[in-house]
Amino acid sequence: MLEIKNLHVKLEEEDKQILKGVDLTVEAGKVHAIMGPNGSGKSTLSYVLSGRDGYEVTEGSATLDGEDLLELEPEERAALGLFLAFQYPVEIPGVGNMTFLRTAVNAQRKVRGEEELSAADFLKLVRAKAKTLKIDADMLKRPVNVGFSGGEKKRNEILQMAMLEPKMCILDETDSGLDVDAMKLVADGVNALRDEGRGFLVITHYQRLLDHIKPDVVHIMANGRIVKTGGPELALEVEHNGYADILAEVN
Amino acid sequence: MAALDQTQVKEGVDQETVDAVREVGAYKYGWDTDIEMEYAPKGVNPDIVRLISEKNEEPEWMTEWRLAAFERWTQMKEPKWAMVHYPEIDFQDQYYYARPKSMETKPKSLDEVDPKLLATYEKLGIPLKEQMILAGVEGAEDAPAEGRKVAVDAVFDSVSVGTTFQEELKKHGVIFCSISEAIREHPELVKKYLGSVVPVSDNFYATLNSAVFSDGSFVYVPPGVRCPMELSTYFRINAENTGQFERTLIIADKGSYVSYLEGCTAPQRDTAQLHAAVVEIIVEEDAEVKYSTVQNWFPGDENGKGGIYNFVTKRADCRGDRSKVMWTQVETGSAVTWKYPSCILRGDDSQGEFYSIAITNNMQQADTGTKMIHLGKNTKSRIVSKGISAGKAQNTYRGLVSMHPKAKNSRNYTQCDSLLIGDKCGAHTVPYIEVRNNSSRCEHEATTSKVDDDQLFYCRQRGMDEEEAVALVVNGFCKDVLQALPMEFAMEAQQLVAISLEGSVG
Ligand SMILES: Nc1ncnc2c1ncn2[C@@H]1O[C@H](COP(=O)(O)OP(=O)(O)OP(=O)(O)O)[C@@H](O)[C@H]1O
Ligand SMILES: [Mg+2]
Repeated sequence: MLEIKNLHVKLEEEDKQILKGVDLTVEAGKVHAIMGPNGSGKSTLSYVLSGRDGYEVTEGSATLDGEDLLELEPEERAALGLFLAFQYPVEIPGVGNMTFLRTAVNAQRKVRGEEELSAADFLKLVRAKAKTLKIDADMLKRPVNVGFSGGEKKRNEILQMAMLEPKMCILDETDSGLDVDAMKLVADGVNALRDEGRGFLVITHYQRLLDHIKPDVVHIMANGRIVKTGGPELALEVEHNGYADILAEVN
Repeated sequence: MAALDQTQVKEGVDQETVDAVREVGAYKYGWDTDIEMEYAPKGVNPDIVRLISEKNEEPEWMTEWRLAAFERWTQMKEPKWAMVHYPEIDFQDQYYYARPKSMETKPKSLDEVDPKLLATYEKLGIPLKEQMILAGVEGAEDAPAEGRKVAVDAVFDSVSVGTTFQEELKKHGVIFCSISEAIREHPELVKKYLGSVVPVSDNFYATLNSAVFSDGSFVYVPPGVRCPMELSTYFRINAENTGQFERTLIIADKGSYVSYLEGCTAPQRDTAQLHAAVVEIIVEEDAEVKYSTVQNWFPGDENGKGGIYNFVTKRADCRGDRSKVMWTQVETGSAVTWKYPSCILRGDDSQGEFYSIAITNNMQQADTGTKMIHLGKNTKSRIVSKGISAGKAQNTYRGLVSMHPKAKNSRNYTQCDSLLIGDKCGAHTVPYIEVRNNSSRCEHEATTSKVDDDQLFYCRQRGMDEEEAVALVVNGFCKDVLQALPMEFAMEAQQLVAISLEGSVG
């Protein structure tokens, strides 16, 4: 489904190479996890895949179901089904969470040639999904992420994912800042979406999340490359021994 | 989009595509009505003033009032202090009176009005039938299920075409009609109040208006009456090379309440057109007036050709104690806007509020703001201004807050936020504050920011295109002001914000 080949990325503004040849394939129905030290390029990878400005791809490719992602505008990638749960969700003052969600859902439907959801259908849907994530009516009315706690912001990202039903979901440290119960809610949210047609790329520092969302494959990223790939046991190894051994081994 | 008209259409591109592209970002109200018109000769002089007065079948005192204003105007100079630049206006090279031939004999009811005129308003989305307006989806939970009524006075070029719900309003003692009708039918009220807030000699444009105003709306709400529905006037400039000079007079007698909305559109033309209106509001003891404007005159094309020059004098006089006025404006159109709706807080404990969204795109220029003149004790005023500039536009907030020696214990709060889209536009804030007693206080906050790339990317990652994302973020920026609009118009205003910013990104 998601195929990244030899991806090299530098910053547009300065001569700094961040991704130095990333190879990664996520098959439909699978959950891949990426772990790796701070600054290794995990968020950069997620931004480049979703089309944020400021990066330049110098080599390599990235496709979703065969479509060249790198050629497309961010909203076109979104309409193809690519979703990014942000490591740092953005605040939009004055824009109600509900308005934001509805605009997003309808924008994607429009691109796909589907009819807009009626206000009533939309409300019903949001309320149901918000409930399972324990997001109350007040949070739906408040401006997007403004004044939300760290954990609330992350749950809000999962609500957006649940509403948009993307086919390829990238979660960038969605577990950071969550208390134990919220972690469970988020994991349940992700598990509820797991199905044969959908792929996940879960960026995390902690085994805890992976206890709830069982990954099929675990990758270790360091210094702009995937340096090791394995099964769920790889995450446990990192949890116990840190990255030192793995890094020493690849060097 | 005139730029496209000059572009050679490439081979293989069909007309449909060209038309579709032209549609995008184009001013939605730029079409005109093909209708037979009657004009006064070009230019302005005492004969023209007399002619306008005569066409409106005015009494002698009104004609004299106009002539005195004209005499005064000839001695005045056009003000140049605003931060706007435009070619010299030749005041003798325009028409000051234009009315559809079919309006020569005044229609007795809306059924008699020329179908072409009715169709014009229908196309603009303005209900000239006496019908309920159903609120839009947004916030629909709070809307009464049966909808709400809005009475409309429709002004086409120089004349009022018709006013709806007059009978129903009359039952409550509310007078809502065109100003020309008021001059004929309610001379005692007009005589008493006309020019009492904006004196004939107030400023160059107001004085010109006093001489040549052709029509506009008149509202009188008697003591203790809460006007049972929204009142609104829709101004449409149709004729070419014709100035529109409308005059609005609103009187809220003791303890009354009224909410009034003004909307404006004009066809797309290459030549600039002049619009110089005067609005006077009188608020007596314990009365309250809400005045909202959604101004969407043709802004000119992206090269600054054509568009309306909008020079407007709006002032409310809070004469009585505990009286209250609230101005809300959404200014998206016009090539040049020069407009400072003001509040004279004369009564003790009176209150003035000013909420403004001014959007300028392409070559548009706006110099707008408010004046809060505190004369009475314990008077309060609040100013919330949101200026948005895109393209090469210039946007200036100019505000005066003045606390007189007798205005003890008065308060003002001013918040002025500017948002820039792109790096070729400008925003300016010019606050004047005078406090001449030591128990009053003014607070002023101002911010200037750029549309945040992270916000846009976040929206686009969720599937919105760039223009949708900008519109959403800008609507969020304007939220405080949009909330101040009557609900029926908040939706329209939101869409207008989106439309006026089309083509501002990318
Ligand atoms: N716009 C930028 N300007 C300067 N440096 C940048 C920029 N974007 C990324 N970098 C640098 O690129 C490297 C990779 O950053 P990235 O955010 O992708 O790391 P990460 O693996 O997500 O780290 P963490 O685990 O801390 O979230 C870092 O050294 C970071 O400082
Ligand atoms: Mg990161």
